[in-house]
Amino acid sequence: MSNTPFRIGFLPLVDAALPILARELGFAEEERIDLTLVRDMSWATVNDRLLYGHSDAAHLLAPLAIATTLGLGRPATPIAVPFVLGLNGNAVTLGPDLAEQVTIVGQPGDVAAIGAKLAAIVRARAKPLRFGVVHRYSSHNYMLRYWLVGCGIDPDRDVEIVTVAPPFAADALANGEVDGICVGEPWNSVAVDRGVGVIVAVTSQIWLRGVEKVLAMRTTRMEEDPDLTSRLIRALYRAGVAFVDPARLDEIATILAQPAYLDGSAALIRRAISDQILFARGHPAIHVPDFMFQHREAANFPWVSQAAWLYAQMCIAGHTAPNDEDYRAAQHVFRPDIYRAALRPLGVPLPGASSKLEGGIADSLGVGTTQGRLILGADRFFDARSFDPDALETYLTGTKRP
Amino acid sequence: MRIAIVDESAARAAVIEEGLRDAGLTDVAIFADRHGIAARLEAFAPDVVLINLANPHRDELEELFALSRAMARPVAMFVDQSDTAGIEAAIDAGVSAYVVDGLKKERIKPILELAIRRFRAYSRLRAELDEARSALAERKAIDQAKALLMKKRGIDEPAAYAALRKAAMDSGRRIGDVADAIVTADRLMGDL
Repeated sequence: MSNTPFRIGFLPLVDAALPILARELGFAEEERIDLTLVRDMSWATVNDRLLYGHSDAAHLLAPLAIATTLGLGRPATPIAVPFVLGLNGNAVTLGPDLAEQVTIVGQPGDVAAIGAKLAAIVRARAKPLRFGVVHRYSSHNYMLRYWLVGCGIDPDRDVEIVTVAPPFAADALANGEVDGICVGEPWNSVAVDRGVGVIVAVTSQIWLRGVEKVLAMRTTRMEEDPDLTSRLIRALYRAGVAFVDPARLDEIATILAQPAYLDGSAALIRRAISDQILFARGHPAIHVPDFMFQHREAANFPWVSQAAWLYAQMCIAGHTAPNDEDYRAAQHVFRPDIYRAALRPLGVPLPGASSKLEGGIADSLGVGTTQGRLILGADRFFDARSFDPDALETYLTGTKRP
Repeated sequence: MRIAIVDESAARAAVIEEGLRDAGLTDVAIFADRHGIAARLEAFAPDVVLINLANPHRDELEELFALSRAMARPVAMFVDQSDTAGIEAAIDAGVSAYVVDGLKKERIKPILELAIRRFRAYSRLRAELDEARSALAERKAIDQAKALLMKKRGIDEPAAYAALRKAAMDSGRRIGDVADAIVTADRLMGDL
């Protein structure tokens, strides 16, 4: 029997690793899938190809999958996420002059203290600081907003947040179009490498287990061939296992750097995927555990509560007005049932619950599973709040805008 | 009907604009330079915005459309969501369109179809140009190889060409490739 052709759209970012590795390391082929990767330069185009059947699945921003399901910016189309491609991996990079005033350049600091200093600068300035994020409906935008609000900065009144495509983020910082950026790797490292930016925070310091990119499919496409979907998820899961194997770091960085994929520096990519962060040029790289989280602790499991948290942030940002029907639809984007069905045969640990209290784990915690043993590490938010998906209203009213 | 063409390729934008003008749509502006595009687009207040699908700045422009107070907010649209063939044609050709709400479908459809035709025409033009360029390069290599053979083996032009053709046929390669190999070898070997 011949292999099933399957196309996945992606942007050249380090966290597109799992689909790329599923192809390059032969896991897709083992599942009889002839995987093609389609590279684009904007999320709009990745999303259009997905919606109109030019691709079968996409490496997508988690909030964009929810926004599309809710009909924000595109005709509403139900999108399903059966697999999370990674957690975190982004950073906040400021121009060197601004960075110097809020942090010790070259090393990680306390993000609450850095935010407080930033707030003082924001209040003293006549012209608002301007931040670039990669997309209106991006985890970058919501994570940055969450941090700013928590530090007493109103993300709409006190500063300006604009969209900047990742490949142009370093340029925008260099020519003063923006004062700071919140982007994924390798683009922070590119700015640091050029000496036009200094990393002041990585997003894992804001939320230790923040959901980032997902595998998105049109729900109808996913459901019309459940066997194919299962095979794809298994191939991606094996790619995740390979990704966290330290012996394969060089090989993986070299694959990702290829012209057809990230078309970038293997050295910069290797640094990002091994959690080695160069906060500023001329300083030694520092190991930031959990900077990018692609596989361990069932990171690929689509927790319904992660989708719920994102929906809450979309409401807080004013991108949508909260209502029960949308909340249900947003949560239903994440599909743990599909994940479990696909991976049960592999005997890997499967969480028993589909939803959890986000930010509720202070230390490592063993959790209930339907099979295997699973320990989840701490998942705290920098401001020690937690999010209960069953109490959205309380959470929203409890979020005080500065 | 006011149409904006956002394209970093000035040549392609011109090809599309020409098509629109020929169809009697004269209220057209081209936005090739990204800098300050937000203010200029807002001032122009288009009904339809045409952007090539591969433009890396679509996310920024979509945010501008979503937030703009000055202009009616155009939304991404392939005219008719049920028109799958039309959507596929647009994506194949590499066109994306943003249309302000309330414009009649019948009025948009011909514009998008025209844009698709012009995008394709431009791709074809590019392909033909590339082909012409490589044909020219091949012609040059064959002439050089013939001259080399004539000089080194003391044969005339038809004999040199026949030798090239035979070598190509014997090795199952294109005559241009054989000629290229001879020229390259000569450059490497010099007067050996």
